[in-house]
Amino acid sequence: MQPKDLEEPLRMKLSLTKVVNGCRLGKIKNLGKTGDCTMDIPGCLLYTKTGSAPHLTHHTLHKIHGVPAMAQLTLSALAEHHEVLAEYKEGVGKFIGMPESLLYCSLHDPVSPCPAGYVTNKCLSDGEATCDEATSIKRARKSVDRSLLFLDNCLKLQEESEVLQKSVIIGVIEGGDVMEERLRSARETAKRPVGGFLLDGFQGTATLETRLHLLSSVTAELPEHKPRLICGVSQPDEVLECIERGVDLFESFFPYLATERGCALTFSFDYQPIPEETLLQQNGTEEEVKYVDQTKKSKTTSCNQEITSFEINLKEKKYQEDFDPLVRECPCYCCKNHTRAYIHHLLVTNELLAGVLLMMHNFEHYFGFFQAIREALKSDRLAQLKELIHRQAS
Amino acid sequence: MAAVVSPTSLESAPRIMRLVAECSRSRARAGELRLPHGPVATPVFMPVGTQATMKGITAEQLDALGCRICLGNTYHLGLRPGPELIQKARGLHGFMNWPHNLLTDSGGFQMVSLVSLSEVTEEGVRFRSPYDGDETLLSPERSVEIQNALGSDIIMQLDDVVSSTVTGPRVEEAMYRSIRWLDRCIAAHQRPDKQNLFAIIQGGLDADLRATCLEEMTKRDVPGFAIGGLSGGESKGQFWRMVALSTSRLPKDKPRYLMGVGYATDLVVCVALGCDMFDCVFPTRTARFGSALVPTGNLQLKKKQYEKDFRPIDAECACPTCQKHSRAFLHTLLHSDNTAALHHLTVHNIAYQLRLMSAVRASIVEKRFPDFVRDFMGTMYGDPTLCPSWATEALASVGITLG
Repeated sequence: MQPKDLEEPLRMKLSLTKVVNGCRLGKIKNLGKTGDCTMDIPGCLLYTKTGSAPHLTHHTLHKIHGVPAMAQLTLSALAEHHEVLAEYKEGVGKFIGMPESLLYCSLHDPVSPCPAGYVTNKCLSDGEATCDEATSIKRARKSVDRSLLFLDNCLKLQEESEVLQKSVIIGVIEGGDVMEERLRSARETAKRPVGGFLLDGFQGTATLETRLHLLSSVTAELPEHKPRLICGVSQPDEVLECIERGVDLFESFFPYLATERGCALTFSFDYQPIPEETLLQQNGTEEEVKYVDQTKKSKTTSCNQEITSFEINLKEKKYQEDFDPLVRECPCYCCKNHTRAYIHHLLVTNELLAGVLLMMHNFEHYFGFFQAIREALKSDRLAQLKELIHRQAS
Repeated sequence: MAAVVSPTSLESAPRIMRLVAECSRSRARAGELRLPHGPVATPVFMPVGTQATMKGITAEQLDALGCRICLGNTYHLGLRPGPELIQKARGLHGFMNWPHNLLTDSGGFQMVSLVSLSEVTEEGVRFRSPYDGDETLLSPERSVEIQNALGSDIIMQLDDVVSSTVTGPRVEEAMYRSIRWLDRCIAAHQRPDKQNLFAIIQGGLDADLRATCLEEMTKRDVPGFAIGGLSGGESKGQFWRMVALSTSRLPKDKPRYLMGVGYATDLVVCVALGCDMFDCVFPTRTARFGSALVPTGNLQLKKKQYEKDFRPIDAECACPTCQKHSRAFLHTLLHSDNTAALHHLTVHNIAYQLRLMSAVRASIVEKRFPDFVRDFMGTMYGDPTLCPSWATEALASVGITLG
């Protein structure tokens, strides 16, 4: 019965419904030009290339259920069209044909990130992008310093710009795998009036354990009521690990990578299936659920672009006469209308439609996964979902 | 060499075409085809989806554009995925999930386009597969057998195709052989009640040979006739004369399908000459090269001049691409590696072709086709009198004068 506070400006607000074992469930409200858009967290952003979902026109994109309210644009792809956009004057959202969509502009394309050391006037953070090298302390310190400097400059520019008043600036947390620097970056960035935080450089450094430990330590330093995004992490098992460590938003390039390898996502996220169906759920009829020795998991990253255990490779000869849909009971356009045999044919004959149909399915499947995460959190069943996903990881 | 007239195994073939209107000046007709998968208004342009797909647009998108018939190709589908698989998938309709009509070419054209991989004898065409080096014989019987398995609504006879630039005895040989092959196709056709077998008139650019072919083939009671062997490298002057000769000798109550024609001007002229159905890879292929079709020609959207052009491709076009996107955005997208750019243009170009045919048809029904032709030429060439001379002559031959 509290009167509405009319003085507080309508700005982006994260309201948490609950926090369970470090996992946050909630909504980001007051988004968009009119301030009435909402995003659910944990959630993902729609991955785009040059302002368009890969392979998809507006028509085919909107056949997908559960498309996120916010799309990710890449600055490096759009920067070269700066002049055109300036002359257009009506904003990039309208230019790309997504005037109603919320837009997040990241520096880099997670699929083809900048090599380390590539710092130009386009970049607003200085991140270490190579997967293998350990970061030196000096390098980590420099990246944190530079990033804070860039952030302060950006905030100043925003203050002075009328156009940017309604935009939100995200601070980037750097520091490589040096704990001290990570903490410093987190604390310092948190002091600035940013709208949220991007956790950069967690997509390849060191071992999984180190990475996750750093991540936990970083998010512990961040204010609860501002969203945390992570870049370069998109694989289902890694997504869950990050959510458990306080991450809210992810990129959706994993379904895109699967599409490019001619694969369809088939992993199950139905953690409460009807008992008889359990064995038939995953990956069609033939493949068995794989059990993984948890202690052996030392793979580093989702940088690698090999076929994962979350998908099937439609180019395989065994799908030539398989008239089942990609995933049984999947409500997507591809599964409702086409068969594995047809997709196989399109791949073998190098037809463009293969990419279109696979992208439609893979996005829908992936967005469905996030919906399952939110539902699991709501009903306190995340442990079951996590166990199901880990059974399918290899 | 007289053609052997074999008794047809087809009873009086159904009249699948109903004439709705005829131009009182030219030979243009508006009609309706009654096909197993629904009616099709004519004149009609049929987009080509060679390998059971319309090049990056979904069956639903194609349906939404108003397409009611499109093409598949026997040669390609016969190799991959093969007729047995398609049959298991409930025919080509089932395999690609296309609810409307399909027309399959017999594989004859590949004899010309893949001439280095093929060898023609009376038996059929021997092809060497580019994929695995295997040899296949495509005979009239085999072509019909594959098309029976594909289940397309209209199937084409296997014809002996020679390039229109070939002269000499080979042209005559191919013409007579096509007649014999037509009879073999008719005899081999297992599903005349479900699939309409069309004959293909050959004879190259020789009026006498064409006339002979017309006389012989029209004795066979097939549901429709195609005019083949044109739209290769011949001059436009020779082209239109062969089309006009053909339509003058083909029965009025059966559809005339002019194969391989798809440029807007050619479509309009050939409708005037009396053709009802057309197919061509041009609109969809040119889309994938970044070219958008418009009433004044085409826009090469990759060019720098479109970088800041914030207008749609065509302000009058109702297609999804023109409703949502500017030339500038498409230009940007075409310079990226996102295939969506190609799909936007494919959608638009198909919409353009279908809209053109729709407008042509409406003008025939409303008895103003000659005016439509003049307007069309005016838009395309700046002035009706500036249209290419072959087109002017062709139109004049059927009573339409420009300017």
